Amino acid sequence: MEELKKELKEKLIEALNLEDLTPDDISDDEALFGEGLGLDSIDALELIIILDKDYGIKLTDSKDGKKIFETVETMATFIKENRTK
Amino acid sequence: MENGNLHIYTAGGACVTSLGMNLEENIANIKAGKSGIHKHEDKNLSAEAFYGAIINKEKLEKAFNLTVYKGIFTTLEKMFLIALKDVLNDYQAYVNEDCGIIFSMTKGNIDDLSSDSPNYLHDLAQKVSRTIGMKNEAIVLSNACVSGIMAVSVAKRLIHTGLYKHCLVVGGDIFSRFVFSGFQSFQAVSNEPCKPYDKDRDGITLGEAAAAIFVSKDKSVFGTKTVYEIVGEGSINDANHISGPSRTGEGLFQSVKSAIDEAGIEAKEIDCISSHGTATMYNDEMEAQAFNRIDLQDIPVFSLKACYGHTLGAAGLLEAVVSLRFADENLIPPSFNYKEHGLTLPLNINTEVQKKDINYVLKTASGFGGSNTAVIFKKV
Amino acid sequence: MEYNITNYCNIKDNKIFHNGQEIYRNKGELPFLDFIKGAYKELEIAYPKFYKMDSLSKLSLIASSVLLDNYKEELDEKMAIVLSNRSGCIDIDRIHQTNIDEDGIAGARPANFVYTLPNISLGEISIKYQLRSENSFFIFDSFNPNFLIAYSKSLINLKKCNSLLVGWVEVNEEAYNGFLFMIEPKPGMELTEKKLLELI
Repeated sequence: MEELKKELKEKLIEALNLEDLTPDDISDDEALFGEGLGLDSIDALELIIILDKDYGIKLTDSKDGKKIFETVETMATFIKENRTK
Repeated sequence: MENGNLHIYTAGGACVTSLGMNLEENIANIKAGKSGIHKHEDKNLSAEAFYGAIINKEKLEKAFNLTVYKGIFTTLEKMFLIALKDVLNDYQAYVNEDCGIIFSMTKGNIDDLSSDSPNYLHDLAQKVSRTIGMKNEAIVLSNACVSGIMAVSVAKRLIHTGLYKHCLVVGGDIFSRFVFSGFQSFQAVSNEPCKPYDKDRDGITLGEAAAAIFVSKDKSVFGTKTVYEIVGEGSINDANHISGPSRTGEGLFQSVKSAIDEAGIEAKEIDCISSHGTATMYNDEMEAQAFNRIDLQDIPVFSLKACYGHTLGAAGLLEAVVSLRFADENLIPPSFNYKEHGLTLPLNINTEVQKKDINYVLKTASGFGGSNTAVIFKKV
Repeated sequence: MEYNITNYCNIKDNKIFHNGQEIYRNKGELPFLDFIKGAYKELEIAYPKFYKMDSLSKLSLIASSVLLDNYKEELDEKMAIVLSNRSGCIDIDRIHQTNIDEDGIAGARPANFVYTLPNISLGEISIKYQLRSENSFFIFDSFNPNFLIAYSKSLINLKKCNSLLVGWVEVNEEAYNGFLFMIEPKPGMELTEKKLLELI
């Protein structure tokens, strides 16, 4: 799970152009949206693409994303349980 | 230069759309309840079958051959030329050094984009302008989906400032792989024909079209046509998010307010609203917020997106042209595919062709980048 | 009241100028994206959204930050923004085109596609400075001062605004030229075609 979380942080930084951050700057339970990392709706769409392309999970309703993408921790848990890749 | 009492007018207009090669054909089809949105299969555009409002290219070729223009032109350029030719049938005499030309486009010949063909919008505009004999340099407005109607307000502003006496305004965009793929990545495309303001709406339907209109400070150029004065307009940014509208509709609210204040009227004097209504959850709700804030919730409102799809750079202008043509006959166009109210605030969605004495028409549009435009036309 | 050019920024030839004074130089003639990122850091713009932007929005944001970040007075919330260029947002257009050429339609990336309209650069400025104001993006063959002056004056005469941020923000791979200036009812340089052609 630790590996997955680190991997996720690296993917977040790369896919979302968070150039001024390193994986160590993102804590596991920090809010990704709103206060915290401050991601927005476009970032959410990018996360859905990552879930699909890298982990084989298709999210057809972006509203489901709210709970899944709350923190790196919740994302990693969801991926661990549902990944097909 | 102050021109406080200058009046600027427009009338008629032309269009080339999925519903026909000229305005009259379009109006007849809308009255008959027809939409330009159909199901299409094209693996180049989408893995699955999709809904879109796409122009019949055979009809387009036939219509283009009827114009006198010779040369090699792209699909979009032909669309522009057909619409312009229609308008120029009445106004060619005024195409001189006192006449400007404003193009509204978001992506131009975008599907031709490659290292050999960089797709400069101004080059496209100049080519079309020279073809119709325009001497002045083309002005291109590329301001997302408000461009079509904002181009009308730009024309009015440039005439007001004395740069021109008249302006041709033309807008257009094609249904492109570039744009369609992008909207698909936004999960913003509906799997069915779009349903503006409806409870079950779930995204846009993309379309393509071109439209044109003539704007002038000289009312007499319009002959016997029903003439409208452009009495108020505004284009205020939301300053909220680059792709999502303000939840309170701030920019649209301020744009409409700016137009109403300039027109010197009250909101309730507006007879109908040709709105943006793209059928995304956010856009339609935002419009409801803005229109309620300015007390327009009882005014008949209609979105022509369910008829034409979202035609991007053409949208604002096409929808204004169609709205004014209906207003010529004191009619309000229908907003298709609306069955159950899907907004948290009330709006008076007009679902059938309605007879009403029309004096003031409000056209609004909103777009990416937080853009909004409102223009008020007064029948004179 | 006379409207004059009161404040201007140039980004060209590996340098950034504010009112004619050099404030940043490209170290080692880096490519545009590295040059502009270097400027972002050294000028301490401190606006992380910058990293997500396309080349056009980055150019526009740096130029407007030079003018507005340390502006001595309270910013006019109604300051209109009128930008123009030749190439639109061609750099990000190419990136999106490549995405869909290489990986098919499903290769489209929302983070790229969202920038494929030139007026997004305007939106980014509006958001950063909370300017709920008139804004428009025009495409010309080359810098068109006569048009920009006429259009600005029309906005002022129609009472749509009392100040403007106007400019030419052209970037097409390594060919770039950013020129942003403010028009205000204050003492400054005369708002003429001749002056603007000198300053760009």
